[in-house]
Amino acid sequence: MDEIARGFIRAVELIIELNPEVIEVTLRSFLIALTSVTIASLINVPLGSLIHFHHFPGRSGLINLIQTLYSIPTVTVGLFVFLLISREGPLGGYGLLYTPYGMIIGQTVLITPVILGLTISALSSVSEDIRDTAVSLGADRFQTMWTVIVEARGPVLAAVLLGFGRALSEVGVAMMIGGNIRGYTRVLTTAIALETSMGNLEISIALGLILISIALVVNTVVGRLQGW
Amino acid sequence: MRTIQLEGVSIEKNGRQILTDINIEVRTGETLGIIGPTGAGKTTLLRVMDLIDLPSKGRVLFKGEAPKNEGERLAARRRIGVVFQRPVMLRGTVYDNVAYGLRIRRLSKDEIDERVEAALSDVGLKGYERRPAKVLSGGEMQRVALARALAISPELLLLDEPTANLDPRTSYVIEELISRAKMRGMTTVVSTHDLPQAVRLADRIVIIMDGRVVSSGSADLLLNSDSDDVRAFLHAGMLRPVDWRFIHEFARVSH
Repeated sequence: MDEIARGFIRAVELIIELNPEVIEVTLRSFLIALTSVTIASLINVPLGSLIHFHHFPGRSGLINLIQTLYSIPTVTVGLFVFLLISREGPLGGYGLLYTPYGMIIGQTVLITPVILGLTISALSSVSEDIRDTAVSLGADRFQTMWTVIVEARGPVLAAVLLGFGRALSEVGVAMMIGGNIRGYTRVLTTAIALETSMGNLEISIALGLILISIALVVNTVVGRLQGW
Repeated sequence: MRTIQLEGVSIEKNGRQILTDINIEVRTGETLGIIGPTGAGKTTLLRVMDLIDLPSKGRVLFKGEAPKNEGERLAARRRIGVVFQRPVMLRGTVYDNVAYGLRIRRLSKDEIDERVEAALSDVGLKGYERRPAKVLSGGEMQRVALARALAISPELLLLDEPTANLDPRTSYVIEELISRAKMRGMTTVVSTHDLPQAVRLADRIVIIMDGRVVSSGSADLLLNSDSDDVRAFLHAGMLRPVDWRFIHEFARVSH
């Protein structure tokens, strides 16, 4: 018990004194998750809008599949992307395995169902009356779509932030694709796993506290955005 | 000259017949009243006139031409203003709402400012520009919706139960605004289940029941009609011809 308490005190000290290793790992995690969520949002918000606004055979089945993939295990995505970018895979020639770029691809794939599915849900929550009002005021198809997206901007941004939270806190893709290389692909989650296995509880707890704090901030902002 | 014509229009939604073989023409400059009980198909009829809902059968001609595709429907729709029964405010301020139709028509900022100011002044909401639209009262929202429709200078104004659920004072204000638009020569279609209101506002009246036109003509002609359908409507509206005659006279005197 004393060891855990000492670990907590030392962890707080590490954060306060801006320990270089803690800061470096935190910044890398942020940068990789932020890049992944930006790419995933640029693809999936417009794609979600297209799925929402167009009726085609198999649409509801597709939405069901997307929602099922919300909880896909990160190691499964890690394995899929590993097969894709490993030397024998179709993208093997680009040398992406064990690089931050490979991790970005993996995290983008991982959070795609979350952002895509929640964007569709967010747009579905906008009343048909808004769409009718835009159309009746002379909006064309694109202007109507944009008006509905603006109406749902809070929940859509919440979807993006949830994707960011999932990317930041996942461990399967980071470990399998990044390889946890010190100073290159080591991020908060893989560092916690490694430091804990090595018995360096102070650093593990410090990194864990940072991760929990970020998750807390993200959840608070998501909560506020729902009603925005 | 006709602004809009419906020729043999029928609408079916989810296996339910909403409108059946509707033939209506709206002459340029007139105010047409569409009256009928709740659920008669008035809202759908106005949505067809605004080219939002497409007929299952028949056709709609705007200024003598039947739009053939979505591009032509959009072009026609941009010359029509609509106020729905339940006004829906878009995100943003009152200014943003009234400016919406003008922005999508890519008018200059100066012209948008000018038109928004004039429209808000017309509906008595000058000074409301910066207020968030979604927190206005029902009557204020209805006036913003009217300003939003008037700002685009429509050639046809469609009003779906414009005073439903409003208090008498606000209803009076809205009716005054509609009367002013009529005096400016705007072609207007007003749907209502309020007989005195139809008599006050409209040059001609169409009675619609169960998705069918049962009678049309001036208020006087309908009043003296011995048609069973007209009597059926009056009965459905819990009104006997003698009541309607009284309402008609009262409307004329009080106007």
